[in-house]
Amino acid sequence: MKKILLIGWKDVRLVFRDRASLILMLAAPFLLTLGLGLVSGRFSGTSSSVISSIPVIIVNQDGGQLGDALVEVFQSADLDELVDPTLQTDAGAARGAVNANESAAAVIIPAGFTDSVFAIEEAPVVEIEVYTNPERPTSSSVIRAIVEGFLNQVELGRVNGIVTITQLIQNGYIQTADAARLGNEIGQRSAQDGSQEALITLQGRADESVDPPFDVLAYMAPGMALMFLMYTVANGGRSILAEQTEGTLPRLLVAPVTMAQALAGKAVGIFFSGMAQMLILIGGTALLFQISWGNWPAVIVLVLAAVFGALGWGLLLTVMAKTPSQVANIGSAMMLAFGILGGSFYDVQAMPGWFRWFGIITPNYWALQGFTNLAEGDGFAGIAVPVAGLLAMGVILFALTVFLFLRRGGLRR
Amino acid sequence: MAPILEVRNLVKNYGSTAAVKGVSFNIEEGEIFSLLGPNGAGKTTTISVLSTLLAPTSGDVRVGGHSVVSEPMKVRNLIGVVPQEIALYDDLTAHENLIFWGQMYNLSGKTLTDRVQQVLQEIELADRAKDRVRTFSGGMKRRVNIGVGLLHRPRLLFMDEPTVGIDPQSRRAILDSVKALNRQGMTVLYTTHYMEEAQELSDRVGIIDHGELIALGTQNELTRQVGENDALVLEVGEGENVRQLCEAAKSIPGVVESDTSGSTLTIIAPEAEEILAPVIVQANALNVKIHSVAIQEPNLEAVFLHLTGRALRD
Repeated sequence: MKKILLIGWKDVRLVFRDRASLILMLAAPFLLTLGLGLVSGRFSGTSSSVISSIPVIIVNQDGGQLGDALVEVFQSADLDELVDPTLQTDAGAARGAVNANESAAAVIIPAGFTDSVFAIEEAPVVEIEVYTNPERPTSSSVIRAIVEGFLNQVELGRVNGIVTITQLIQNGYIQTADAARLGNEIGQRSAQDGSQEALITLQGRADESVDPPFDVLAYMAPGMALMFLMYTVANGGRSILAEQTEGTLPRLLVAPVTMAQALAGKAVGIFFSGMAQMLILIGGTALLFQISWGNWPAVIVLVLAAVFGALGWGLLLTVMAKTPSQVANIGSAMMLAFGILGGSFYDVQAMPGWFRWFGIITPNYWALQGFTNLAEGDGFAGIAVPVAGLLAMGVILFALTVFLFLRRGGLRR
Repeated sequence: MAPILEVRNLVKNYGSTAAVKGVSFNIEEGEIFSLLGPNGAGKTTTISVLSTLLAPTSGDVRVGGHSVVSEPMKVRNLIGVVPQEIALYDDLTAHENLIFWGQMYNLSGKTLTDRVQQVLQEIELADRAKDRVRTFSGGMKRRVNIGVGLLHRPRLLFMDEPTVGIDPQSRRAILDSVKALNRQGMTVLYTTHYMEEAQELSDRVGIIDHGELIALGTQNELTRQVGENDALVLEVGEGENVRQLCEAAKSIPGVVESDTSGSTLTIIAPEAEEILAPVIVQANALNVKIHSVAIQEPNLEAVFLHLTGRALRD
């Protein structure tokens, strides 16, 4: 076992001293993640994927109880991280700021809004205007949802008030002349209660109309890392054949080292390299891009399984190829094909069933499912199926590799 | 005392091609034995079988009494191998290479670090120990390549053409180191296609050609096979006329053998001085320009030419 680990450690050192390998193992996935993040607006604040500190302008021309209550909702501690409200008096200037992409939306509460709600008799309808920014569709939706939530609460209070007063009159507890005064008091109390009870909260939003705050980079970063993990395992397989042609493998085999030890050592080296690559990328993107990968112990278990599954492909490729360059060329093609089929570039769940069927053979497919589940807050339960899929893949591919190796009596030449 | 290496009727086939055809020889403890032959003669295949890398098709090979087939691990602990190609990790330093290979030979701890330092001194690379092998010259790489084979102090060292492709200075250093190792008691099996190296180093020589061991013995025993013949060696221009001169020389009375290799014409005769004049006459007649003439005492080149009818470097 000691010699296996020594051979593996030697390979890890060689891989991490090879500049070309480092570029493809670490720099390329990192830069692609960065690029995709920029394209998606993840770093510019215009992304629809990260929901926080949404700039919103509130123009309160009402001056009544409900207008003030709505302002209080936006300024409440519960929405402190979600929205960043600014008060203005000029509705035109607010719309202009939205047009200039300085704000996700403007909420304009017109004069007479409170009075129109509390009017017992027929009164002209006064509507709140939510002027939204089409370049920030998700953020605009959030603002609209907050306003709609508030209005629902107000409507509920108004209906309650009408029902209550009607009952009181019918039962003779109050006179019709007192109805307007009492209805106004109920409405005002309802509005005050509504603002205190926080009409819209982050928790409520997640459970109701708005998607959970999923970071698009939490999908892209593992997608890129997994795609370039295939490079690492293919490169490791190439190194086995390269050692054969360069004479270091034969030299190992005239030392007191068995063929099984030599090849197991090489496999361990590829495994360690893949692990190191994935953990560096995960740690790096977590620190630099503020990506939340989720439950760390579960992330590590998933990475172990993903590298195991990918290693199976690398070894199978090695035993089937004749030359190091064949492994390198086929490995590059496999990296891209698995990236496409496995969903490294987009969500394969949105693809047709037959397409997903092909994806099942890739480590990318299973591992991405697991990483997505973890990023959405799942724990070990969320990676059970992906890990089982990856382990099964690794075991099947290892068995196939050993079978081909034994049938051919060694590596092909 | 039993030989350190016993080879009996060794045969190695690659498919239908016979690379080694029934080779037999012994090597005694403490001797330098050279396997001399041209490229493709079967030297590397023979060493590959003796060092357990390849399984023999038939025959028996024992190192220190252990079979290379049934006890390969015991054999590997007794032998060191210096392969023909540079088998090192370019992106590891000389020191790291030696440490790694030492670990593969079960060295560890202080024994390993001491031995690595000693070998670095022996190969005169202690001052470059921390440099990556990638930055070394061909000769320096060769020295590290040899150093790896010496780390565990093997009883029997196989050296497969260790001077191929290096400068004369490095070559001289390697030959001196082989003699120094032998003086320390190490047994060496040295393969080469350079007659001069076999002649300088060896206690005994086996001449191999087309997978067969065609001669075996001390240098005196081998040269006696060609009698007391001299070798007349002429450096001439290349071309059709040289081959005609080679053929014409065979008709000169007293000439035993004649062959060309590149721009060198070698003529074997009992008294080289007596055939020199007729050879020059023939050369003039065929318009062959002679650059230099040398008369050599009987040597391994002459033996090879005598046995095969071809020059060694063909």
